[in-house]
Amino acid sequence: MIELLKAGLLDTIQDSGRMGFQEFGIPFSGAMDNYSYTLANSILGNPSDAAVIESTIVGPKLKFHADTSICITGAQMQPAINGNPVRNNIEISVKVNDVLSFGKREYGCRTYIAVAGGFQTKMVMNSRSMYKGITDDVRLKKGDVLPIVGRNYVDSKMFSSIKIDTTHFYKHSIEVTIGPEYEKLDTHLKELLVNQEFTISMNSNRMAYQFNETLHNSLDGIITSLVLPGTVQLTPSGQLMVLMRDCQVTGGYPRILQLTEASIHVLSQKFLGDMIRFKCIN
Amino acid sequence: MDFELKYKPFSEHSILIEWPAEIALNILEDVLIFKAHIENSNIKSILQINNAYNSILVIYKYTIDKIYDEIPTLKGLYFSRTSKAKRITRRWKVPVCYDEEFGLDLDEISKEKKHSISDIISLHSKADYTVFFIGFLPGFLYLGGLDERLYVPRKKSPRLEVRKGAVAIGGQQTGIYPNASPGGWHIIGNSPLEFFDLNKDRPCFANSGDKIQFFPIDRSEYQTILTQIETGAYQLESEVVDD
Repeated sequence: MIELLKAGLLDTIQDSGRMGFQEFGIPFSGAMDNYSYTLANSILGNPSDAAVIESTIVGPKLKFHADTSICITGAQMQPAINGNPVRNNIEISVKVNDVLSFGKREYGCRTYIAVAGGFQTKMVMNSRSMYKGITDDVRLKKGDVLPIVGRNYVDSKMFSSIKIDTTHFYKHSIEVTIGPEYEKLDTHLKELLVNQEFTISMNSNRMAYQFNETLHNSLDGIITSLVLPGTVQLTPSGQLMVLMRDCQVTGGYPRILQLTEASIHVLSQKFLGDMIRFKCIN
Repeated sequence: MDFELKYKPFSEHSILIEWPAEIALNILEDVLIFKAHIENSNIKSILQINNAYNSILVIYKYTIDKIYDEIPTLKGLYFSRTSKAKRITRRWKVPVCYDEEFGLDLDEISKEKKHSISDIISLHSKADYTVFFIGFLPGFLYLGGLDERLYVPRKKSPRLEVRKGAVAIGGQQTGIYPNASPGGWHIIGNSPLEFFDLNKDRPCFANSGDKIQFFPIDRSEYQTILTQIETGAYQLESEVVDD
């Protein structure tokens, strides 16, 4: 098992999400940056839906009570084992009583900590992803003990790190296709959407990302309809709201754009103040 | 009757099908028939199909390179649908306590709409409501069929916490908060039932297309039902809707 000595800013258990329960109003949930999540599990040879810790901006401090292997992907937050720096995107062997800690955030917004075999927390409706009203806990806290399956200690020297495409963390371009209500926008607004830069606002979280810039909106609401992670809604006050993994399953604002899956991953690593630009690939 | 539907690729792995922009029972009926027909046709690449008032979202298991290519199959299915595909719907009898302890906004609505509280209760509990779909919160039923004499705009400032089971009116809709949450609807009562039960395979007893009928109970009946639910002794009443 793994003990949480100290919580980060927001640490949650996430996996590939709660698919198939949306007819009951249950969000998809799951790792925000599915690219980094999948990478961590594949480096460890885990099942593709194994549960990991998703840590936001500030990492937690973890103590291992069993030998195992871990892998850290996503945001670079200066991970260290017993104070000795370790790299992202490589399998790391850990021993009983080892402590994993994090330092300053260098890039990205969300770090993934995967463990061999995946975290064995309680499964609710085919998923371990934490969500209010579905799982008992909504975030990890100090003193939590997370069950794991364990793996025999292997000398880390034999592992090599995977080289990843760092544009994933630095690119400003967010690829979108047009949303169901896009055609209702006037030409001027359509142009603004792709020509203007948008700054990630502080009201950005696992439910939605928002921006400091607003647009003039003359569209009426729609009869409540279905939405997905990656749906860009235009609110009556002209705010753009990019729905993310924990979004509701229905919504009444016009859906003007839809992010590609890859762009949801990219946006998930964006931080307060980062700039993005939408690029329409239709 | 065939509606003119719009098929729109929505993401790399889903297609949105839209009916005319109306909230209407005949549209819901067609939505549910088509949804059941797609489900019954067992297309292996489809993961799930969800509906709202006038739309269906067909979600595929994987990202599809040419999502447009899936549309002709769906269009073909629309024209081969028959009402036999429709799943059996039920009418659920839902107890509601309209006591002042729960009906926090009854007074306000009574003054605004110039109906006595007992008239409001009787208007609310005599209607036959239809579950259009579940959304907003896990287990939150979007109900249509509210008597227009009870239409009240949403509250100007939402309550930070609405009690679990609260029965409320918002605009032209009525609904029940399955769990405590913030909410901007006017609260007129409370139901002791579990509208979202994680311990069940299907966490909600009601499905899209089902009917809901409220019946008034007093505070002591409310307590009794609450106890029966805790011990598993409560029998939720329902009947098959014959139409």
